[in-house]
Amino acid sequence: MTARVRGRVWKLGDDVDTDVMAPWNTLTLPFEERRAQLFPSRPDFVAGVKPGDLIVAGRNFGCGSSREQAPENLRLLGVAGVVAESFGRIYFRNCVAMAFPNLGCPGIHPACEEGDEVELDLRTGEVRNLTRNVSLAAPPWTADMLAILEAGGLLEVLRRRLAAQGAGPVA
Amino acid sequence: MGLTLAEKILARASGRAAVVPGEYVTARADKVMCHEAFVLCALQLAKLGVTRLFDPERVIVILDHYFPAPTERMAGAHAAAREFVKRFGITHFLGHAGICHQVLTERALVRPGELVFGTDSHSTTYGAVAAAGNGIGVTETTYLLATGELWMRVPPTLRFALEGELPAGVMSKDVALHLAGRFGTAVASYRAIEFAGPAADAMSLASRMTLANMGAELGAKFAFFAADEATARTLSERAGEPVAPFGPDPDARYEATHRIDVGGLEPQIACPHNPGNVKPVSAVAGTPVQQCFLGSCTNARLEDLAVAAEILRGRRVHPSTRLLVTPASHEVALEATRAGILETLLEAGAHVTASGCGACPGGHGGVLGAGEACLSSTNRNFRGRMGSADAQVYLGSPASVAAAALTGRIVDPRDYWAGRM
Repeated sequence: MTARVRGRVWKLGDDVDTDVMAPWNTLTLPFEERRAQLFPSRPDFVAGVKPGDLIVAGRNFGCGSSREQAPENLRLLGVAGVVAESFGRIYFRNCVAMAFPNLGCPGIHPACEEGDEVELDLRTGEVRNLTRNVSLAAPPWTADMLAILEAGGLLEVLRRRLAAQGAGPVA
Repeated sequence: MGLTLAEKILARASGRAAVVPGEYVTARADKVMCHEAFVLCALQLAKLGVTRLFDPERVIVILDHYFPAPTERMAGAHAAAREFVKRFGITHFLGHAGICHQVLTERALVRPGELVFGTDSHSTTYGAVAAAGNGIGVTETTYLLATGELWMRVPPTLRFALEGELPAGVMSKDVALHLAGRFGTAVASYRAIEFAGPAADAMSLASRMTLANMGAELGAKFAFFAADEATARTLSERAGEPVAPFGPDPDARYEATHRIDVGGLEPQIACPHNPGNVKPVSAVAGTPVQQCFLGSCTNARLEDLAVAAEILRGRRVHPSTRLLVTPASHEVALEATRAGILETLLEAGAHVTASGCGACPGGHGGVLGAGEACLSSTNRNFRGRMGSADAQVYLGSPASVAAAALTGRIVDPRDYWAGRM
């Protein structure tokens, strides 16, 4: 997985919760059947998002539930990464475990407009708005988080750990 | 230098003498609580060839989110859960005894000072007994079940000192909603909370559980009360063995202390579509509601049902609405039956359902249709939370829910109940 992601921005607001990202009655459906019910407040986003696009959001992005379908749905919609003022903590942990680039960057929301080209770097914490030639410094991912990213997710870390212990299937 | 509850617990769980906020540690779990998400974890573990959990005696499995099974698929998932429980030799399988957080607490399966991970965001509830309860997703739980450990960032702690005395007709839920409205739902992001002060000390364990539960709606990682003598006594009785009090060091350092005088608080209502969109009940009185829901890990304990019964005794649920009551656990339902509480509610026209999460996340047993409004004793009113994206969910105390059931509208519960918790 790459620590650096560049893409076109969709701008969302504060307190985007996990229930709008992954409504309860969609949780057990295949993704294509979930799609039409996601983000009822932003149907234009679901209809228009292209693979490789980014989300720039306000405070408390992903607040709410522990359901992993929230970040999973974003990824399946094609979202390559998220930069937000702050995150709901469980959502953020889920992103790390899934090796999904999400970065908390205070000041990002007013520094971007929809459609801007933005690049985020989990290793350095640098967030650049290439359209406006603005650069912001965010706390980077820790070494442990980057190790999960490089492995491709926490399950792969576990698989390697089990293999090293000889307690699981050999890689 | 003294330690907060979060620092004490994470230091012990990571094998250190002390930790400081901002530090990252690898922490060992004392307990892992899994609801139906357990099946997804177990399938991953099976795929990875894991045959032994880190410690099957520290794992608790309970089926609450989809009980009784609303679909054939979920009935199958429940059967798979039982099979995996056997295969992994998990000792604490609680079947369908009720909502996870209620059952673990009433059976003293979580203890003061423990680090508890749960596959549920409202695992902060365990903070009511000074356990560091926190929610995680399926992937992290899978890793945890195999290894017993996860990375944690040591959080700074906010102290909410609740001063004064809760007025008649006002409940701990009103305090939680007031805090969400006043400080916002991100006030404790990446932080722990400690509730303290005379109004916190005076609260029953059930009322404390409501506030700790709603800590999730303040963004908190953990939401603690100290386990005082009263909590230790209750847990000792439930555990059948001595449980000691546990609190922060007297010289613990807090990021901030917020002093809240609850003495003048009026009942609070969270309006659609966020738990932080809070108004005093007087500002929304008169709003019609087609459903009133008394349920969830937030507010469906014995004292909550008792307050509702007090309000509805000898009266009838208004014909323009319906009252659904989902006791937090089978034990609560049984106690409420013995106390005549369920009889009173049924006589008033309430519908009592099996214990579980039910209508709260929009699963089953009270899903809302487009255009409907509900006053709910639950924790979240995100858009679409209880069903249709075009439904309106309001959150309030059990007293507010019962009073709305009487009138078909949001009203001030103090007009119908002058009691104190």
